[in-house]
Amino acid sequence: MKRAITVTVNGVTHHHEVEPRLLLVHYLREVLGLTGTHIGCDTTSCGACTILFNGLTAKSCNLLAVQANGATILTVEGLAQDGRLHPIQEAFWEEHGLQCGFCTPGMMLSALQILARNPDPSEAEIRHGLDGNLCRCTGYQHIVNSVQNAARRLKAEAVPAIPVTATAQSAGGKGGR
Amino acid sequence: MAVTKLFGAKVKRREDPRLITGKAIYTDDVKLPGLLHAAIVRSPHAHARIVGIDLSGARQTPGVVAVFTGADLAGKVGPLPCAWLIPNADLKTPPHPAIATDRVRYVGDAVAVVVAEDRYSARDGADRVKVDYAPLPVVTAAEQAVAGGAPLLHEQAPQNIAFRWKVTGGDAAAAFAQADAVISQRFVNQRLIANAMETRGAVADYNPNTGDLTLWVTSQNPHIHRVILSGVLGIPEHRLRVISPEVGGGFGSKIFVYPDEAIVAFCSRELGRPVKWVEDRRENYLVTAHGRDHVTDVALAVRRDGTLLGLRGRTYANLGAYLSTAAPGVPTILHGLMLSGAYVLPAIDYEVVGVFTNTAPVDAYRGAGRPEATYLVERLMDLAAGELGLDPIEIRRRNFIRKEQFPYTVVTGITYDSGDYEHALDTALRMLDYPAWRERQRRGPTDGKLIGIGACTYVEICGLGPSPVAGAVGFQGGLWGSAVIRVHPTGKVNVFIGEKPHGQGEETTFAQVVSDELGVPIDDVQVIYGDTAVTPMGWGTYGSRTTPVGAAACAVAARKIIEKGRKIAAHLLEAPEADVRFEGGRYFVEGAPSRAKTFQEVTLQAYLAWNLPPGLEPGMEASAFYDPPNFTYPFGTHLCTVEVDPETGGAAITNYIAVDDCGRAINPLIVDGQVHGGITQGMAQALWEAAVYDDRGQLLTGTMMDYAVPKASQVPLFVTARTETPSPHHPLGVKGVGETGTIASPAAVVNAVLDALRPLGIRHLDMPLTGNCIWNAIQQARMKTKGVSP
Ligand code: FES
Ligand code: FES
Repeated sequence: MKRAITVTVNGVTHHHEVEPRLLLVHYLREVLGLTGTHIGCDTTSCGACTILFNGLTAKSCNLLAVQANGATILTVEGLAQDGRLHPIQEAFWEEHGLQCGFCTPGMMLSALQILARNPDPSEAEIRHGLDGNLCRCTGYQHIVNSVQNAARRLKAEAVPAIPVTATAQSAGGKGGR
Repeated sequence: MAVTKLFGAKVKRREDPRLITGKAIYTDDVKLPGLLHAAIVRSPHAHARIVGIDLSGARQTPGVVAVFTGADLAGKVGPLPCAWLIPNADLKTPPHPAIATDRVRYVGDAVAVVVAEDRYSARDGADRVKVDYAPLPVVTAAEQAVAGGAPLLHEQAPQNIAFRWKVTGGDAAAAFAQADAVISQRFVNQRLIANAMETRGAVADYNPNTGDLTLWVTSQNPHIHRVILSGVLGIPEHRLRVISPEVGGGFGSKIFVYPDEAIVAFCSRELGRPVKWVEDRRENYLVTAHGRDHVTDVALAVRRDGTLLGLRGRTYANLGAYLSTAAPGVPTILHGLMLSGAYVLPAIDYEVVGVFTNTAPVDAYRGAGRPEATYLVERLMDLAAGELGLDPIEIRRRNFIRKEQFPYTVVTGITYDSGDYEHALDTALRMLDYPAWRERQRRGPTDGKLIGIGACTYVEICGLGPSPVAGAVGFQGGLWGSAVIRVHPTGKVNVFIGEKPHGQGEETTFAQVVSDELGVPIDDVQVIYGDTAVTPMGWGTYGSRTTPVGAAACAVAARKIIEKGRKIAAHLLEAPEADVRFEGGRYFVEGAPSRAKTFQEVTLQAYLAWNLPPGLEPGMEASAFYDPPNFTYPFGTHLCTVEVDPETGGAAITNYIAVDDCGRAINPLIVDGQVHGGITQGMAQALWEAAVYDDRGQLLTGTMMDYAVPKASQVPLFVTARTETPSPHHPLGVKGVGETGTIASPAAVVNAVLDALRPLGIRHLDMPLTGNCIWNAIQQARMKTKGVSP
């Protein structure tokens, strides 16, 4: 029954045999031990499980691990590089963009996609872009501030919002959306 | 009071690095060797007899290790207790079994548990448990449940009445006899669901050789979990260790002890292996305690000039199928005692009837009782202003308790510590430019939209404590705060606290306090919490109590450290103790500042103990159990403007201004965060959120698709400000702020929408004021003016 998959997560390639019904979020959390990706609803409503899947945001509670065969994935654990926080992390920290922190990994990954598409988003664009991610703690204002802060940082550092390791498509990948 | 440098500073949170890197450990992240997974089988019926249960299919499911029903728990797991036994209310406490044996009373009631090698197999097994139910008649609304002929939930509670509680003060009959006007209204404060983004969960690890049980649980108060579960499970407290790791929001819902936690502990004890259960969102909606759910008929007696004379009323509080841990205290003590609001109100005569129904248990949800009280009072103020032709701001101002009247004992018997309500109000009015908005409203709509302006001037009861009062009102616990400060030989500091922050940032605010008190860098201070094996007993984080009560404990413990250090320093400096001063991290002799020892030098000597004053114990550690002399009473004014589109019924918030007074603010960044989150939750009650059951007790809002948790694009920008009226009895002048937003915003938003609808003759609408609700009201109002009956 089990199926072999090859997935590149945060720049590391993994080979595993998994049950076809295994959810991608459980694969990340239970098999790879990357527990930074959270489960808030498992019905695509809350965004706590948001990851970057071949460079685009996806809700990992509604993908199967087998669909990720050949894919390149970025989770919150892959944001900081060489012991240095990603600008989005610095921004959330500085602007008090989190309280309990449960929504935060998903928020930051969605924010990266917003900034990758539009390096200078308006407040309304940010709010609209974050609509797939629920936060029960912050009232969003500090999250919006965080995204604006990240936009400034990325511009100043002239780096792409999404780390390159998250976008490189491995050859023969067929797990896209 | 210490002159400090971090107090009041926007210090970046120390808890954030682990949270933003995905390194934080929440309950579902706890993994243990040999871990099993539990799935709980829940009743699909709101009320039914259990005729039989067939476990054979479940037992044969691959991966399933064990299946248990209520019968297996008999004699091993006791009923879940209610811990707030309000006095003088004839309170009934029918047993709440962890797993139902003969009868289920709401959709979600546990009937069995399946334990398996992995969570998928556990769910497979749960799907194959066959239960034969004989459905019984269902009642979901409190008023219907007390009416004759309603199905009875518990034999012990005739008419489904859990309690009748009264608050009276002054002469209400005389007040109503003298009144120029009586404003009567029926209010529904709808049922809500807390919706912490992390659902609840528990991991139990029983060691058969030692008899020790370790329980990781999503808890706002691990010590309360330990005390209660110790009784429920029959495991002595010193053998039960409760660890509440990172918790992804609670808003009240993780205060309570639930059947699930007892079930998981039972499974681990039976099987001798660790067992994990994590709630899914559907379960969270069905069984995690709901909030609010009041139906109230109330009347307010006023004089022509707007002076308040008295208030009379009755609330039916729907408590759900069983009494949750703190349920009876919420609609009574936390609601009824606050019905005076920010005003001089000479008489109150009010009854609260607590009622059992076939719905999920209801308990404290952010604000707990105070949002309900504030909503009533603040809606009545607007209705009274409308009836008397007064400006809603003016009627409030005329009735405020004046700043020189504090401490002020309201007619319900509690004493507000301090306040300056007019100052907060005036600040908010200035920030909005209130007259300009009224003018704009008078000029009428230019684009067809109706403009409304709403106010809420509130006072809340915070900093829950002191313990003697907790005892007097039937709370089965103390309400003090605790801290142990352990200074290590090098002068580095651990602060162990009994409270359990879960997003509020006290790891940072407490470090600020201790760093200031001891004069050490904040990076030398680490705050530790959430593990009953290492932290001192504490009563938990709720009721905006952790900073006012726990930070006081930290300050008191730190001051004990300083005093011990002073003895050592005096000895080392060969000076009388009274002459040694402590400032900026140094002890020095008054008038001879160069004769000095640093805090670190003194601490090191406390541990080396080569040269201590005779009789002084070595070591540098102090504990404080701080029992506050009174509650604290934060207050403020929130103003809101809305635009209502009469064609769609949509209400858009165009301004939201919050002026809160929480006494002295330790970390303004964190205070703002708490206020924003609180307003959002209250605004959501006003406009969007409701837990809805159908007549058969099925929860219609049982997924995140159906229950309207607000999204970023629905929420406006908040403008916040603070006035500062320190609590006179608090060592740091702190009052608490975690719930103010949720307390103030429902009334502010609803008042604004109804202000916009006033020209149409619409007097009141019940929350949530969805587009549909407003649109229907507008249609009916238009038909009425045209003389058409709807
Ligand atoms: S857990 Fe995937 S969207 Fe909520
Ligand atoms: S920070 Fe708690 S849910 Fe967003």
